[in-house]
Amino acid sequence: MSALAHVPTPSGPAAPAPPPRRGRHRLLPYLLLLPGAAWLFVFFAVPLLQLAAASLYDPSGSLSTGYALTWAFSNYPDALQAYWPQFARSFGYAGIALVLALLLGYPLAYAIAQKAGRWKNLLLVCVVAPMFTSFLVRTLAWKTILSDNGWFVGLLRDVHLLAPDGRLLATPFAVILGLTYNFLPFLVLPLYASLERLDHRLLEAAGDLYANPVQTFRRVTLPLSMPGLIAGTLLFFIPATGDYINAELLGTPNEYMIGNVIDSAFLVRLDYPQGAALSFLLMAAILAVVFGYLRRAGTEEVL
Amino acid sequence: MIGMGAKLRERDAPAGDLRLANLTKRFGIFTAVDDLSLTIPQGSFFALLGSSGCGKTTTLRMIAGLEEPTSGQVLLGARDVTRLRPYKRPVNTVFQSYALFPHLDVHQNVAFGLRRRGKRSTDDDVMGMLELVQLRDYARHYPAQLSGGQQQRVALVRALVNHPQVLLLDEPLGALDLKLRRQMQIELKRIQTEVGITFVHVTHDQEEAMTMADTVAVMNAGRIEQLGAPAELYEFPATAFVANFLGQSNLLAAEAAGPAGSDVPVTAHGARFSVPADRARSDRGAVYLGVRPEKLHLVGSAAQVPSGHQHVEGVVTDASYVGVSTQYLVRTGWGSEISAFTANSGTGGQHPVGTPVVAHWDPRHAFLLPREPGQDDRTTPLLDEPVGAPS
Repeated sequence: MSALAHVPTPSGPAAPAPPPRRGRHRLLPYLLLLPGAAWLFVFFAVPLLQLAAASLYDPSGSLSTGYALTWAFSNYPDALQAYWPQFARSFGYAGIALVLALLLGYPLAYAIAQKAGRWKNLLLVCVVAPMFTSFLVRTLAWKTILSDNGWFVGLLRDVHLLAPDGRLLATPFAVILGLTYNFLPFLVLPLYASLERLDHRLLEAAGDLYANPVQTFRRVTLPLSMPGLIAGTLLFFIPATGDYINAELLGTPNEYMIGNVIDSAFLVRLDYPQGAALSFLLMAAILAVVFGYLRRAGTEEVL
Repeated sequence: MIGMGAKLRERDAPAGDLRLANLTKRFGIFTAVDDLSLTIPQGSFFALLGSSGCGKTTTLRMIAGLEEPTSGQVLLGARDVTRLRPYKRPVNTVFQSYALFPHLDVHQNVAFGLRRRGKRSTDDDVMGMLELVQLRDYARHYPAQLSGGQQQRVALVRALVNHPQVLLLDEPLGALDLKLRRQMQIELKRIQTEVGITFVHVTHDQEEAMTMADTVAVMNAGRIEQLGAPAELYEFPATAFVANFLGQSNLLAAEAAGPAGSDVPVTAHGARFSVPADRARSDRGAVYLGVRPEKLHLVGSAAQVPSGHQHVEGVVTDASYVGVSTQYLVRTGWGSEISAFTANSGTGGQHPVGTPVVAHWDPRHAFLLPREPGQDDRTTPLLDEPVGAPS
């Protein structure tokens, strides 16, 4: 019987590989990069340098008297000393919002990716749909929902979850809620992409190898969704830390984050050196957090 | 290695047979497994053979706990495991896709089951197992860095290292090329003999099932058509399906009128033949007279037919030389084409296309099978791929 399977198949000599193309074809990738690189240079690199210069201007200057580049490095410690509470608040609020978003977003992404079946696309549209309205409008909508005379606060007061004079608007709770809500899709979408690729047969294999559902999640699902989880948390955390709309609309100056301070430095107080120094401090702080996070997440032992 | 096998058997002491009792699985209106009952003795190598969609994989998944039966029971020894979650069953699976964890290296993959059961030091077990399949040097490689054959071996020892009561193999050799497949078949058989664990092997490859298993169950449409030792199934199939699924058969439509003495005389296409009564699955009414192609011998004239042999006359319509044998198609007087394989052993001449030949056989190699009245001859054409490959 085995002889049947050994009937030889014809095979011709392999054609020689064509010689690698030379000349302008090698330049093509760079030519394709050019428009993007030019854009980045003009609208990112140049303004960044300008901002760096502005952060070192003489702080005694003003728009009317003009600024002088005096390499005033003291702008940095001065700004930090004046606004460290807002700095701390930014990271604190964004961190709490991230935890909330993970609690909401991971099960959501998992359900859409692994359990939704034919509802998958519809549910994805539902996740993205709020983005069709402006960020500002969405946040203003929350202002209505959380308002002192709104039904939601009324309900919470009725069931005594909130004191009769308790309120949600203009509290840290409202700001964190706004951050969680507004940036949730940035966490859910990359997570979904990772979980969608997760081979269901690996979960079966884990179960077959004595892993209960919790162990299967911890040993297989979670490590395999790490790329999406890392991308999602970064895409959530970075804009959430720098955000100022939520604190502005849902909070009071007591809830102001560093974004609000930078906003007012540039547009209200017209203190360009301080605004620029705060911008760079925020950037540096976020980069430090991100690198620390990536180092940990990247080398973490998965077993 | 033999000593190690004995040790394992001791450790698994209170073991038992795997029993399936009236196992049924329906998906909507489709019945994948239909009232299946069988007993797989402890320590045996059991093959479930069938074409895709016959319910063999569903059966395996119900044993593993990955699929819940609609009705019926799965018993391990005296223990009913029907509703037990997969992670609580002393059963491990080698998946068709291997399902190796891509984020874990070979060592971690193999240690996975031991770790989940709380074993702290896994290194000796894991390295011992990797030694068994000659992958010691690959302990720190990731699955993506291994060849198909190596991945398959990792999948095998990842299951074996747990010393399950039953090891389930879901077409684990399907993705390998022919040569590697043969190698792994021998390897698997050797390992099974060494460790003495019950193997339940699902495959569509009849040759694979026959070379490895002690007992083969041929499944068709959710039911077992026949169960027995490979030689028994091949030499004396119970149904026309088995006769053609396991190798090829020439099945001639015949009529039988009950046994006469120790033989059953039959009439097929106007000619009279007889088959020993103990080779008859049916001895009355519509039957198939079956002869395997390699049991048919070709000679030039009726005078050359040995005494005691029976024969039909025909004309060679096709002759395929495949090295070890030549495979002929012979058109009979009534128009059916029967196949005959002759070994190229140097004896006996060749029969060119168009020459008249006489095909004869020893009646003790023929068999009678029940036939639906109205069914005509069933002779299979020559195939140049293993019989039973998925459609």
